[in-house]
Amino acid sequence: MTGTLERPRRTASRSTPARERTRSSEGRNGRILTYVSMSILAVFFLFPLVFMFVSSLKPDAQILRDIDSPAAFLPTGDISLDNYFGVFDRVPVGQFLFNSILVTVLTVGLGLIVNSLAGFALSRLRWKGRVVVLALIIATLIVPFETIAVPMVYWVNQLPTLVMEGGVLKYDFGWLNTYQVQIVPFIANAFSIFLFAQYFSTIPPSLDEAARIDGASWFTIYRRIIVPLSGPAFATVAILTFLPAWNQYLWPLMVVQKENLRPVMVGMQYFFQLNTAWGEVMAYTSLITLPVLIVFLVFQRAFVSSIAASGVKG
Amino acid sequence: MTVSPPVAAAKQPRRSLRRIRSSRGRETWAGLAMMAPAGLLLLLFLIVPVLLAFTLSFTNARLISPNPPRFVGLDNFFRAFTADPVFLQSALNTFLFALVVVPVQAGLGLLLAILVNQRLRGTTFFRVVFFIPVVTSIVVVSILWRFMYQSDGLINSMIDTVTFGALKGADWLNDPTTALGAIIVLSIWQAVGFHMIIWLAGLQTIPEELYEAARMDGASRWHQFAHVTWPGLRPTMVFVLVTITIAALGLFVQVDVMTQGGPLNSTTTVVYHAVRKGYEQQEIGYAAAISLLFFVAVLVIALIQRWLTREKN
Repeated sequence: MTGTLERPRRTASRSTPARERTRSSEGRNGRILTYVSMSILAVFFLFPLVFMFVSSLKPDAQILRDIDSPAAFLPTGDISLDNYFGVFDRVPVGQFLFNSILVTVLTVGLGLIVNSLAGFALSRLRWKGRVVVLALIIATLIVPFETIAVPMVYWVNQLPTLVMEGGVLKYDFGWLNTYQVQIVPFIANAFSIFLFAQYFSTIPPSLDEAARIDGASWFTIYRRIIVPLSGPAFATVAILTFLPAWNQYLWPLMVVQKENLRPVMVGMQYFFQLNTAWGEVMAYTSLITLPVLIVFLVFQRAFVSSIAASGVKG
Repeated sequence: MTVSPPVAAAKQPRRSLRRIRSSRGRETWAGLAMMAPAGLLLLLFLIVPVLLAFTLSFTNARLISPNPPRFVGLDNFFRAFTADPVFLQSALNTFLFALVVVPVQAGLGLLLAILVNQRLRGTTFFRVVFFIPVVTSIVVVSILWRFMYQSDGLINSMIDTVTFGALKGADWLNDPTTALGAIIVLSIWQAVGFHMIIWLAGLQTIPEELYEAARMDGASRWHQFAHVTWPGLRPTMVFVLVTITIAALGLFVQVDVMTQGGPLNSTTTVVYHAVRKGYEQQEIGYAAAISLLFFVAVLVIALIQRWLTREKN
């Protein structure tokens, strides 16, 4: 995978002089045309989000008044954070954010451990049944979550679980309305296992052979040799699983009715009961978009190469 | 392969054989142990639900019911195609959605990729901008556009301004003739950046030498595209088309947030219908049958992909 991630960049930089030459032969006009079209497109891609952030700062009446003018995109007039305070009064945002962060961190973190171990077992160990398991995992890549979502509700509703009742630990059935139902089914991920296995198989086998001679256990080899060498693979998997975990909607909608367990995306529903207060809606959507947007802008290079890797592999 | 010191192997063949065998045994145990957590989870939350989807679709199972599920044969499938006009409408809408979204999104994605693949200052900035909607949750995007699509919303006031009042916008989401189109536009807007990146990765695997050779032969930019770029993008194209198709067939969130399938079922989709039947109306058996039909469609597309990519090799 390093190959696929790094090679394009290298090719591109090697090609710089050649491309630059074509460009200069075509003159400035082509370049200006490119910039103009990219800028127009950039406006098209940004205007809804700018509108969202700007509107979150305005009272409802002004949002509607500004809609007919460029002021819709400018933080002008009666600007305040009132909508944000309003959101905190109306919805348990803190709880929702906590739930989403907890679910995302655990899903991604446990997923990195579980899937990298499986990828290691599949790519660097020879054991009976390995080929069958690998084939099965690749075959499951094509099952979209939507096909199993409804049967899965039925299924998790029958699974055993532990509950605390009056200080006594008992067991009961049904995972509905728990944290685990939002996390456990999404830890193992066939695509992550596949990406790890691909990456691990590019690391020279002589490394583990040497370690074996020194008496290292397979787990030690995984922990001390493979993991430290596989930063890019871990970053890729973390990014590719972070977004769906944070953005989960259909699943929690069906399995979590308890308000104090719901994630931010489902929390949206609280706004659409009586009269929709759009200013507060915009404040809420801004609030749950900003963290992801900041993470993305900071790590944008890693994001882009992760997505590219997922496509080149597919 | 297992390792044993060569010197020891020469001197003590029997011992080293045992060592190899036991080390291979340990390798098997290590392999199984490291595979176990993921294997167990995939079994419980992927394989079992797939098998359940399959078996439940032949029963009349309900989400919460005192009666155990009863086998009903192919009743659910007959019902979908003969006695459930909403399902047929859903299938048609889903098909229409995919029919527009697949070529338009793939084409725009390629156009953007070519645009930002040039060695110009600032292209990274534009890549990031075009990608921002992808990292924005589709739930947030749907709510935002729902507001913009209102009859007195941002879209209509923009249409009004741009055409100096000559054109009047519609009540996009409340009009059966425009609702699906409105959802199509926002869906393309949201995901096109993702496919731009995939195309970009494909573009960058094409060796620059090929372009140099083509230029030496005096090929125009269009000829370079037709004879170097496009053939080189073939595997990427198959991947992009298949991922967009599968994603398009799974359309759910936009509908749930924006229209709830309305007006007059003009935006209901297969997955939305399955969720409504299975979850809201608790008819798990029937919903499983619809999910299975959706899965068959996805499977067919995946097989086409295998076939298309195999043909080349």
